[in-house]
Amino acid sequence: MCAKPIKKEPREVETTGHQWDGIEELNNPMPRWWVWTFYATIVWGIGSSDLYPAWPLITQATPGLLGFSTRANAAAEIASWDARNAAIKERLVAADLNAIGADADLAGFAERAGAAVFRTNCATCHGSGAAGVVGKGYPNLLDDDWLWGGTMEDIHLTITHGIRNTTDPDARYSEMPKFGVDELLEPAQIGQVAEYVLAMSGQDHDAAAAAEGATLFAENCGACHMEDGAGDPTQGAPQLNDAIWLYGGSREAIIETITYARFGVMPNWNKRLSEDEIRAVAFYVHGRGGGE
Amino acid sequence: MTQQDADPSSLYAVREPVFPRRVKGKFRTLKWWLLGLMLGIYYITPWIRWDRGPNLPDQAVLLDISGRRFFFFMVEIWPHEFYFVAGLLIMAGLGLFLFTSAAGRVWCGYACPQTVWTDLFILVERWVEGDRNARIRLHRQPWNWEKLIKNGVKWWIWLLIGLATGGAWVFYFTDAPTLLHDLVTFQAHPAAYITMLILTFTTFFFGGFAREQICIYACPWPRIQAAMMDEDTLTIGYREWRGEPRGKQTVEGNGDCIDCMACVNVCPMGIDIRDGQQLACITCGLCIDACNDVMDRIGKPRDLIGYLALTDETRERAGEPAKSVWSHVFRVRTVLYTVLWAGVGIGLVVALFLRSPIDVSVTPVRNPTFVTLSDGSIRNAYDLRLRNMQGADAEFTINVTSAARVETGLEGIDGLTVTVPANQTMSQRVYLTAAAGSEAATADRTDVRIWIEQLGTTNRVHHDTIFNGKEN
Repeated sequence: MCAKPIKKEPREVETTGHQWDGIEELNNPMPRWWVWTFYATIVWGIGSSDLYPAWPLITQATPGLLGFSTRANAAAEIASWDARNAAIKERLVAADLNAIGADADLAGFAERAGAAVFRTNCATCHGSGAAGVVGKGYPNLLDDDWLWGGTMEDIHLTITHGIRNTTDPDARYSEMPKFGVDELLEPAQIGQVAEYVLAMSGQDHDAAAAAEGATLFAENCGACHMEDGAGDPTQGAPQLNDAIWLYGGSREAIIETITYARFGVMPNWNKRLSEDEIRAVAFYVHGRGGGE
Repeated sequence: MTQQDADPSSLYAVREPVFPRRVKGKFRTLKWWLLGLMLGIYYITPWIRWDRGPNLPDQAVLLDISGRRFFFFMVEIWPHEFYFVAGLLIMAGLGLFLFTSAAGRVWCGYACPQTVWTDLFILVERWVEGDRNARIRLHRQPWNWEKLIKNGVKWWIWLLIGLATGGAWVFYFTDAPTLLHDLVTFQAHPAAYITMLILTFTTFFFGGFAREQICIYACPWPRIQAAMMDEDTLTIGYREWRGEPRGKQTVEGNGDCIDCMACVNVCPMGIDIRDGQQLACITCGLCIDACNDVMDRIGKPRDLIGYLALTDETRERAGEPAKSVWSHVFRVRTVLYTVLWAGVGIGLVVALFLRSPIDVSVTPVRNPTFVTLSDGSIRNAYDLRLRNMQGADAEFTINVTSAARVETGLEGIDGLTVTVPANQTMSQRVYLTAAAGSEAATADRTDVRIWIEQLGTTNRVHHDTIFNGKEN
């Protein structure tokens, strides 16, 4: 098919004998081991695709003789980390809640583990930075205002059983009356109470209406929110004389709250999380700047 | 490198074995000294001790991967100071540019590990099997006891050298005496054994069998170097205008080359330098030694083969003398490389002396940018990473200066003092709070400067950042 290869003088490069317009095609042969290496890679490829998952089929790839699976490897790695963390998790469960921070090892573990638990489970409502959604009823966990108490015990209890849910009989529970819907107060009275709440929190208000509202507040609201509006964390009654508003602190928002009431729900986590995870995330939340 | 016996139509050729002959001369002597020096540095360095006090390793050069620290005599590099390593790599790169533009492939010929270990392996080969002719005879004879024993002895010595090479490598990564003890008592980490095994066999294979094939087929460096050489770069060349026509000296009109093949026989790459400068030439200088030896014996001037540049060729062909070596080495280009190289080096040394023994990074928490507290005050959070690069515990106080008044507080700590253990990094959250309605609380942003001072010392660093007020 091709012209005869032509050997030249010693020290000159061999040609294949091909010639176009006087230009010769040189032949610089590759070393023989190079082609062996190439064959070796083919053999390796065949062996490797027999032993490991390789050829894509319709629903999955061929499994391979070694039964290798990245999913199984991940599970094994998780199990090995669980085994390595077993001792410190035991210590975390056994420790006094308020003593976790003093133990550098426990605190370091709880902080990291808690951050992971928080991002996976809590961030959906409370935000990845734990700042909640202000005015929409998802509490900010970074501030110094706690609806159900901000000590380690309180936070631990809240996470374990949740709030106002129907799945845990031990859930923390309270219910605000629907003053407007159930006609416990006239719309005008609701307006007066709202003026008083505005006055308590130092906002612009109608002084005359607020004075009327003070009496109504003491009669209808004081039992839970306290007469001075300090709130009661044992029954989840928010503090009203401060600058933090779960559902908004404007006149309209306050009237809406009194008329329709609010009913914030949090799931109980004792079914989803283990005790060490609950303790870790409680420690994490407690250390975000508002812990009491 | 012609293929006399191969099937001419084949695209592949069997490697022709190279049997370099022994040679004496100034380049060979220089190469022996460099070989001893470089192998000495490589094998001995991990065993040099350097006292750093109680909590730190006493190995002079140590790459502590698990501890994320690099020790080099009095210098200690932390992960955040990796720019030192980047700087050293830039210096290494510029150094290669400098040497290549001045003297061609000196790296390949004298300093490359492939060259140095191959040289050592060829030396072993010569001790066991004899010089070139004896080796060729042994290579051609059929397998018998003599061939088996000589090859066996040679391979065992190569393997031992390979083992020492791989062994020395792992000593750089952990305390050498401890590791040696663990290695011989079979208690060392599997990673150490696996690394040694791999390096033993790569050394054995690359130095013993692959040799010049690595330079010709595997190494990218010969290809890159051509781009850094110019007509003034010194390379090894054959003075063809003086040597040709080659042949017997008794024949009238012949050049100085007597075609004795000494230059070819000593070449570790198996090439003929008389074909001109070529990719396979690593400029090791051994052909110069071999040719000068022959020229001395036949009473002709030396340097028929020698270091010369392209410009010299033109000059010499025209009958002018070649330029001096120094005028090749000191050129604008090489001086510029030297200045750049020295500039980076001086910069690194200055950076080394100016660096503070403490290091702080401040990350403002941006999720959320601020928190409203129950009394209406506005709080910002900042994550501090405090690094104590000293052998003793250190107490740091944190202070803040700002354009408008803010109060400082620490998460989980009363007061403003943090203790960071020796040689450790610690995270600490810092809170700045502006009173309700104050200037900082209502401004969109306020410049703040966080000061970190080590108690009882003059170590003080600061970090500028922003305080975010409530947007209203």
